Amino acid sequence: MSKKVAFLQGNEAAAQGALYAGCNFFGGYPITPSTEVAEVMSIELPKVGGKFIQMEDEIGAMAAILGAALAGSKVMTSTSGPGLSLKQELIGYGCIAEIPCVIYNVMRGGPSTGMPTGPSQSDVMCAKWGTHGDHPAICLTPASVQETYEEVIRAFNLSEKYRTPVMVMPDEIVAHMRERIVFPEPGEIEVTPRKAPTVPPEQYKPYDTSFGDVPPLAAFGSGGYKFHVTGLNKMQDGFPTTKAEIVQAEEERQVRKVDANVDDIVQFEEYLLADAEVAVVAYGSTSRSARYAVNAAREQGIKAGMFRIKTFWPFPDKQIKALAARVKGFVVPEMNLGMCALEIERNAQGKAPILGIFRVDGEPINPDQILEKIKEVK
Amino acid sequence: MAFDYDKWIRPGKLPHIWCPGCGHGIVMKGLIRAIDTLKLEKENTAIVSGIGCASRLPGYMDCCTLHTAHGRAAAFATGVKMAKPEMNVILVGGDGDGTAIGGNHFIHACRRNIDMTYIIMNNYIYGMTGGQFSPATPTGHKASTTPYGNPDPNFDIAKLAIGAGATFVARGTAFHANQIDKLIAEAIQHKGFSVVEILDDCPTTYGRRNKYKSVIEMMNRLKEVAVPVKAAEKMTAEQLQGKVLTGVLYKEEKPHYTEEYAKVIERAQAAK
Repeated sequence: MSKKVAFLQGNEAAAQGALYAGCNFFGGYPITPSTEVAEVMSIELPKVGGKFIQMEDEIGAMAAILGAALAGSKVMTSTSGPGLSLKQELIGYGCIAEIPCVIYNVMRGGPSTGMPTGPSQSDVMCAKWGTHGDHPAICLTPASVQETYEEVIRAFNLSEKYRTPVMVMPDEIVAHMRERIVFPEPGEIEVTPRKAPTVPPEQYKPYDTSFGDVPPLAAFGSGGYKFHVTGLNKMQDGFPTTKAEIVQAEEERQVRKVDANVDDIVQFEEYLLADAEVAVVAYGSTSRSARYAVNAAREQGIKAGMFRIKTFWPFPDKQIKALAARVKGFVVPEMNLGMCALEIERNAQGKAPILGIFRVDGEPINPDQILEKIKEVK
Repeated sequence: MAFDYDKWIRPGKLPHIWCPGCGHGIVMKGLIRAIDTLKLEKENTAIVSGIGCASRLPGYMDCCTLHTAHGRAAAFATGVKMAKPEMNVILVGGDGDGTAIGGNHFIHACRRNIDMTYIIMNNYIYGMTGGQFSPATPTGHKASTTPYGNPDPNFDIAKLAIGAGATFVARGTAFHANQIDKLIAEAIQHKGFSVVEILDDCPTTYGRRNKYKSVIEMMNRLKEVAVPVKAAEKMTAEQLQGKVLTGVLYKEEKPHYTEEYAKVIERAQAAK
């Protein structure tokens, strides 16, 4: 039997991926260039008995999905730059209260209103450092319509597995371009269920670490479980505490959920890297130009390859460190003023030079620009 | 036999954080009597709050309790209610939390007429942060950030709720303790967004700055300014000067949000 195919926009694929993952609650607020996600969800969710709500603002949309998640729903919101800034307050709440949710953010020019219809990759640092306080961060940066679909499913899975907010951040080009997409059959891609409590309600604690670093999460209004959730530093029973040793241990556990599982979370693509002397590190739509440039360089006898970041956070530290030890240099094209380059610099520790191509003018980085930089690596 | 409040209190979570003389405990007791009378199930009742003294209330209640971020209670609660329309969802909080930083969520919850009950403890002040003026602080009054008297006009929270579309709006006071449970019970039973404003006192950060000599004096003021809506009908505008109406101020039967969304689901599935 042949699989179902379609010609979809990245944003439409994101909505379809969410539905495949079992999303049954979406809280949205209109913002260019991500609005199509909300529009598709408003059509599709009620068909499957799910709920769509357009909230009064970005913060409200984030709050609504967290509330719905605590009541047992699988939830998503979508936004872009200014909306991501507004949501940061409650992304932090999701991190400390450990509430699974997916935030789909289309990267447009910034800061502030910036260039609403222009592509950018300048939210990648905001994905890790945007909300205050130490917290875990997972952020996926897809490069195609098919991958947007699949990464949204993976985002849901990671959010359930690690009980934490997960961001999917395509740039505006990926979000708005149309490509052929092949839909997986039901069951073909694994969907991770929420880790449900195994103890009766009277014994249940929402942050019970005897079940490991990721404690099971019950749902309000299901199975007789009643528990307390707060944005304050909390104890295992969910109630606030200022006891130094508990706060320290809980904070470290929250961050460890991601830090100790980097290999499970981090995905990347190595393209012609085995013998490469020049490593182009790229993500999102920029990686498409980079692939073209690497091919062109190879045709000219230059040993270039590409390390394509799929998981931006946690950053692929180990892989970049290994590359730094064996390549002559890195070429880093990105639609910001050097955010990924900074991470590579942190990992390369001076072992290989980094040549950046940084554009913030709302125009994509073209292959010729990258090829020129590849040639500059000595 | 004395009413058993303990059965609704989470074991080990008292004493509460509220100062001696604060009216929040009176409101909590009213809430407990109301949900006990209505025989709500603990595991099917969510109590949601924002940040502030009043917002600490959920932690003491043996229900599904959600202490959210400052001002965001109504938006979180909207998510809970949409996901589980069969749950009783009760919001609690203060005047600053609900009508300043949470003002937008508040008016839109009113507009949607989503079937939840919002109990606003209005003590005219930000108590937890030490007594800064709120949108409910009367003009001319003193707060730590209005040392020369408050230049801001203040909200009439009940009127704001009615104007924004809430379909049940009531007002009580911490002095009229026996009325609180009745107002809250009627609000919970009402289908749609219901608001119960309780005029409260904060002796620690409001009273002492505004020349109240004691908690009793503050309570007496609540007693003096409150006029039941029925009694007000027979009073002249002059007599009502400086008074505050109490009781059920507004009630209207209208389709509520989750009921309307259920129809959206029906229409979407019929069109499929």
